[in-house]
Amino acid sequence: MSNYIQGATGDWEIVIGLEVHAQVISQSKLFSGAATAFGSEPNTQVSLVDSAMPGMLPVINGECVRQAVRTGLALGATINLYSVFDRKNYFYADLPQGYQISQFKHPIVGEGDVVIDLDNEQSKVVGIERIHLEQDAGKSMHDQHPTMTYVDLNRSGVALMEIVSKPDMRSAEEAGAYLRKLRTIVRYIGSCDGNMEQGSMRADVNVSVRRPGEELGTRCEIKNVNSIRFVQQSIDYEARRQVDILEDGGQIDQETRLFDANSGVTRSMRSKEEAHDYRYFPDPDLLPLQLDQAFVDAQKESLPELPDAKKARFIKDLGITAYNASVLVAEQVSAAYFEDMLADLAKRTGKAEKDVATAASNWITGELFGALNKLGQSITDSPIAAGQAAELLALQLDGTISGRIAKDVFEIMLESGKGAEEIVEEKGLKQVSDTGAIEGFIDQVMTENAAKVEEYRGGKDKLFGFFVGQVMKKTQGKANPKVVNEMLKEKLDA
Amino acid sequence: MTELTALTLAEARDGLVAGDFSARELTQSYVTAMETATELNAYIVDTPEQAFSMADAADARLKDGTAKAMTGIPLAIKDLFCTRDVHSCSASHILNGFQPQYESTVTQNLWDDGAVMLGKVNMDEFAMGSSNETSYYGPVRNPWKASGSEKELVPGGSSGGSSAAVAAEIAVAATGTDTGGSIRQPAAFTGTVGLKPTYGRCSRWGIIAFASSLDQAGPITRTVRDAAIMLESMASFDPKDTTSVDCPVPNYEAALTGDIRGLKVGIPKEYHADGVPEDIEKIWKQGIEWLKDAGAEVVDISLPHTKYALPTYYIVAPAEASSNLARYDGVKYGLRVTGESLDDMYALTRAEGFGDEVKRRILIGTYVLSAGYYDAYYLKAQKVRSLIARDFANAYEKVDVILTPTAPSAAFALGEKSSDPLEMYLNDIFTVPASLAGLPGISVPAGLSQDGLPLGLQLIGRAFDEETVLKVGGVLESAAQFSAKPAKWWGAK
Repeated sequence: MSNYIQGATGDWEIVIGLEVHAQVISQSKLFSGAATAFGSEPNTQVSLVDSAMPGMLPVINGECVRQAVRTGLALGATINLYSVFDRKNYFYADLPQGYQISQFKHPIVGEGDVVIDLDNEQSKVVGIERIHLEQDAGKSMHDQHPTMTYVDLNRSGVALMEIVSKPDMRSAEEAGAYLRKLRTIVRYIGSCDGNMEQGSMRADVNVSVRRPGEELGTRCEIKNVNSIRFVQQSIDYEARRQVDILEDGGQIDQETRLFDANSGVTRSMRSKEEAHDYRYFPDPDLLPLQLDQAFVDAQKESLPELPDAKKARFIKDLGITAYNASVLVAEQVSAAYFEDMLADLAKRTGKAEKDVATAASNWITGELFGALNKLGQSITDSPIAAGQAAELLALQLDGTISGRIAKDVFEIMLESGKGAEEIVEEKGLKQVSDTGAIEGFIDQVMTENAAKVEEYRGGKDKLFGFFVGQVMKKTQGKANPKVVNEMLKEKLDA
Repeated sequence: MTELTALTLAEARDGLVAGDFSARELTQSYVTAMETATELNAYIVDTPEQAFSMADAADARLKDGTAKAMTGIPLAIKDLFCTRDVHSCSASHILNGFQPQYESTVTQNLWDDGAVMLGKVNMDEFAMGSSNETSYYGPVRNPWKASGSEKELVPGGSSGGSSAAVAAEIAVAATGTDTGGSIRQPAAFTGTVGLKPTYGRCSRWGIIAFASSLDQAGPITRTVRDAAIMLESMASFDPKDTTSVDCPVPNYEAALTGDIRGLKVGIPKEYHADGVPEDIEKIWKQGIEWLKDAGAEVVDISLPHTKYALPTYYIVAPAEASSNLARYDGVKYGLRVTGESLDDMYALTRAEGFGDEVKRRILIGTYVLSAGYYDAYYLKAQKVRSLIARDFANAYEKVDVILTPTAPSAAFALGEKSSDPLEMYLNDIFTVPASLAGLPGISVPAGLSQDGLPLGLQLIGRAFDEETVLKVGGVLESAAQFSAKPAKWWGAK
């Protein structure tokens, strides 16, 4: 496999496991009623519990539990009806309690899996080890004052799901695909917004290398990487670093490292010897969390169609390509756009959805995404609604306008915001399929280019395209190309 | 007017309702008494202005007929209850100057019923101690002295300020908290009644935590009836405390029927501990006789894991404390001693802010939770704790309530045990098992030692059966006819 790193002494396999911290979408924090909105003024979303005032007690937020359960179900994971909150004890200025409430021995979600799509149209299953709920810490700001550190507790106590994968990934690409897929899934079910740039998804990356087929090597953990690109860069760097050490006869020290995005390297943060002893023990302020099966079942019922199921349905029922299906399901809004457009298009053309699905999927992944890309917009704020798109494509499919004209109409739609039918009507862009009119244009062209007609008839077949072009030009592109082709052939060959 | 301070809570309530005196008059007599009793060091902070304004509000309620049993009753509040804008430091220097912006659920319940706050009372630092000698604010002196001796005695702990204030009649009653005996043992040392309710009966919200799975608030009062009245006000289900239990609060006073005929009282053989003075054994035997005389059936029982209770407690409680006290780091409130670095600031702040006993327990707790020791200590202790709870559960299949001594001795002298932590810890030997099992317990004054010091008997009940505990306590109280009061040696200057 090309995934191996070619070292001086042979091949090396990279082994990657990810711990993704995903901020739970909820109005309030995991154990307090304080709000969770991003970007608020420092220390404006802090309750007495979040600031660890004496005598304050945590109370579990049911919505966060529900979101974790839904996430577990979406990953096909076991939901543990009994789970326990533990205290992870360590001192830091932005950790007001002096401990983080987390789940250690008994997490809320057990084993599951994620199917990732790889570039070569293949897919692979990455195992999920567990998901547990925990509190986020606050934020230390070291750049506000020359000698002081400021602390913002807005994030203190916000619910995180720590989604722990098995060490199943073998390349930076796979890690990237895994993160993208995870992000797609949590966005589908609305349990996390997946915005890595805002810190609502962050990853701890565990990397080790080994000779193919051998035992796992010693791993290093790269903490808190906040973009997919950085995750991939850090893996590539770290794997190469480890290979270099091993090939020089050295040993990998188990340690925690940090990724420096500016220089693209990882640096040691603390060694195993310096690792904290977190002194986990069950939080005596909280009773064990007991869920009943009926609650879990209800959550399962309420899940939307998930990307894998949607993709399979698109391919099987609608006959679109696997590539198009993957692109469309990557974002729930794209898939919804496609389905809305498809329903409208089927109605307008009087055809079954599966007969127009390929055209619609090609149009979205080609025309629309191209245009949005140019505009720097996402499909969420597409200037062309699904119904408008269906109107345009219907005109093309029923032969009212040609594909060429359709592109122009789309341009005008983007500029003017007008509907396709209105534009076609206004500008007189309707395709001419009237054989009489077209015949007249053909005759004209043949008369004007008598010499070329002779050449063609003398065997220069390539000139056919020239005649088509000339006829289309005379009709200002409105002639139905199929009709033009047929008639031209008939007349030239006569 | 000074005799107003001699009234029990029930008597004061009745006098207020009858209009014999006003809440302001009652409060005034206490404020005056407090001024003459400063050498007891029971109060850390007096709050007379609040007291009078609360008393006036109580008088208004007494007039308009919205008064409750606690309306107009002047109380001492243990310093670890958070009281809005008032010193709430758990008698620790590390919370130096801390005044919360919130009110604990228990005190709020009392104020909602119209009670009056006289001030915040002394305690062992973070409730860690059995003699009230670990307070940053200095030891509390027991109002009682042994006959013919001038030696100053401890009031018990950790609720030593509470017990001393009630015994010295500088509060009608007081709030306390009990983690391993901190209500019951000081009550026994001061001739007062101390009731530790079932774990989960009173909300812990706003009570500065020591050991979360054990801490429980309760009253220290002059009589069993007073304890019943006050507990009814303190107890509530609180959604802010996940460990509080949603079960209705009964009319505890109504349980004091005096009729215990046919009730089965268990006498655990394991509480005949070595080295317990004869006085204690004698008063225990006397208690058994009194209950028999009242028609109860006495049953010998065994609580086989009792001997493991103290070591178990001294693993579980410090473990939780070591984590609960991590928040006192100099960053957010209270004391901060600045240093060269963040770690330096932590070390300096905590070194200066915590007293020796607190440090000792943080060290023990940190140790027993450490990697490699957790299973041998903390996990094992939790298992033993379950066995202790099972001992009680088995016993309650045969009996309705258990009678034991409260403490293995009468009040001892200041400084007598403070240099030997292990000897100090032995004070909790009879109270800790019920704490570990989360059961309600009451200490009722049963008589005097040969030296003329009060001795208490403890009743331990089924979970949420405070009614039986109070009922039997009432019978013991009536039989004991305990009417002795400490000779008033303070305030002479």
